[in-house]
Amino acid sequence: MTTATTDRPRTTAAHLSPRLTTATAGRVLRQLRHDHRTIAMLLVLPSLLLGLLYLLWKDVPTLPGQPGTFDRVGLTMLGIFPFVVMFLVTSIAMLRERTSGTLERLLTTPVSRLDLLLGYGLAFGSAAALQAVVTVGVATTVYDLEVTGSVWLVVLIAVVDAVLGVALGLLASAFARSEFQAVQFMPVIVLPQFFLCGLLVPREQMAGWLQAVSDVLPLTYAVEALQEVGRSAEATGTMWADVGIVAGAALLALALAAATLRRRTS
Amino acid sequence: MDAVTVTDLVVDRGRRRVLPGLSFTVPAGRVTGLLGPSGSGKSTLMRALVGVQRVRSGTVTVLGRPAGSAALRSRVGYVTQAPSVYADLTVRENARYFAALYGRGARAADAAVADVGLADAAGQLVADLSGGQRGRASLACALVGDPELLVLDEPTVGLDPVLRVELWEQFHALARAGTTLVVSSHVMDEAARCDRLLLLRDGALLADTTPARLRADGRSDDLEAAFLNVVRAREGSPA
Repeated sequence: MTTATTDRPRTTAAHLSPRLTTATAGRVLRQLRHDHRTIAMLLVLPSLLLGLLYLLWKDVPTLPGQPGTFDRVGLTMLGIFPFVVMFLVTSIAMLRERTSGTLERLLTTPVSRLDLLLGYGLAFGSAAALQAVVTVGVATTVYDLEVTGSVWLVVLIAVVDAVLGVALGLLASAFARSEFQAVQFMPVIVLPQFFLCGLLVPREQMAGWLQAVSDVLPLTYAVEALQEVGRSAEATGTMWADVGIVAGAALLALALAAATLRRRTS
Repeated sequence: MDAVTVTDLVVDRGRRRVLPGLSFTVPAGRVTGLLGPSGSGKSTLMRALVGVQRVRSGTVTVLGRPAGSAALRSRVGYVTQAPSVYADLTVRENARYFAALYGRGARAADAAVADVGLADAAGQLVADLSGGQRGRASLACALVGDPELLVLDEPTVGLDPVLRVELWEQFHALARAGTTLVVSSHVMDEAARCDRLLLLRDGALLADTTPARLRADGRSDDLEAAFLNVVRAREGSPA
C-alpha cells in the first residue's frame, strides 16, 4: 500500500500571520541596511537620472499652452523608476533566497508563503516610499517639475508602482533558474509595459490591437494615474480607479507568486 | 516511542531513482546517525523528513503526523548541509529572525547563539565568518526553535576536532533533554558517537544497527573496517 503517500500537507499559502510578515519585512530591511551602497543608489539614482532628463529638455522650446516635455516625461518617470528598480532588486533577492538554501529552510518553519512574499512587498514598499519622497522632493524643487495635483499623491502612486514591481519580481523569480535568466526577465516584463504605457506614443494614436495589449498591462494605469495628478488639482475618480487597478494587479501577482512557490521540490 | 516512521519511501530526482523504497524508524530522544558516502541519498532522505522533498510513493510520519504538515513546522528543526543563513546579516540578526518565526524572543535567540559558541561573534556579519562558524550560526537558527526533532545534514564538516567533540556533546545533551536528532555524516568515526546507525548506500538501507552491533557484525573494532566488511558481505564478495 503506497496510497497515503504523497501526503500533500495542507498548503499554508493562505494562512496569514501579520507577526511573521512584519518579522520577514524587518529582516529584509536589516539586510538592506547592511548594504550602504545599495541604499545610496536606491535613494540618489532616480534623482540623478531625472536630472539628466531635465537637462535634456531644459532648452527645448515648448508650444504655448502645452505642458513642457520634461513635466510630462519626468512625472511619468517618477512612477516608472520605482517599478523597474524594485522589480530588479526583488527578483535578485528572491533568487538569492533560493540559491542560498534559506528559502527551503524557511519553508520548513511556521512562516507561510504569503507571509514571506508580503514581507518582501512591505520591506521594499517602505524603501520605495523613502525613495519616492526624495525623488519627488528633488524633482519639484531642483528641477521645477510642475505638478498640478498633490505631490503626496505622486508619492502614493510611486509606492503602489514599486509594490507592483516587487510582486512581479517575486513572480518572475519563480521561473528563473539562474541569475542570467533572472536579469533577462527585466526586459521581458518591464520594457513592453514601458513601450505601451502611453508615454512614447499617446494611447489614442496606437494601433487598435496595441491599445488592447496596453489595456491589460498594469503600468498603463500607473502612468494614467500620474498624468491625472499632473493635470488636475484635485484627485480624480479616474486616478483612484487607476491606483486600485495597479494595487489589484500587484495583489494578483503576489497570489500567483505564492501559488508558484512550491514547498516540495524534486 | 518512535519519532519518525518511514515506510516504502520512493523518491525520484529527475529520471534517477534516488531512494528505491526505504523503511525504517527513528527512536525518540536518541541521536540517530545517517551514515553513507556522498551521493547515497542522505540529503534527499533528510529533505523528505522535513517535508520539502517531492516523494513518489511511501509514507513519512514525523511525530505522529505526515512529514511537512503545517503543525510540524514549529516542532522540527532543519539544518542544511550548506549553511543556510543570511550572509548579509549578523549572527544575532539571523538568530532573532528565526526566533521570531518560531514565536520566540530575542533572549532565546541570544541563548542559541551562545549555545553554539558564537557569543563573541554575535555582532559579526555571517559573510565575515569562517566556514565552521557559519555552520554553527546555521545550527543556532534551528536550535532557537527548541524543536522536538532536529534534522542535521552533515553539521560537523570542516570543523576542527575540538569543536566537533563539543558539538557532539551538545547533541547528546539535547537528546538527554528529550530531543530526537537525526544527524548525517560521511565520516565513520562519527558513527561511534550515535546511539543508532542507519547505513545508507545507493539509496538502500544497508544496515539499521548500533555502533556495538556494527562492530560485531563487521568483525572489527574499527567502524570503518566493520562497515566495509558488512558491505562486502552483502555484495557476496569475500571479506
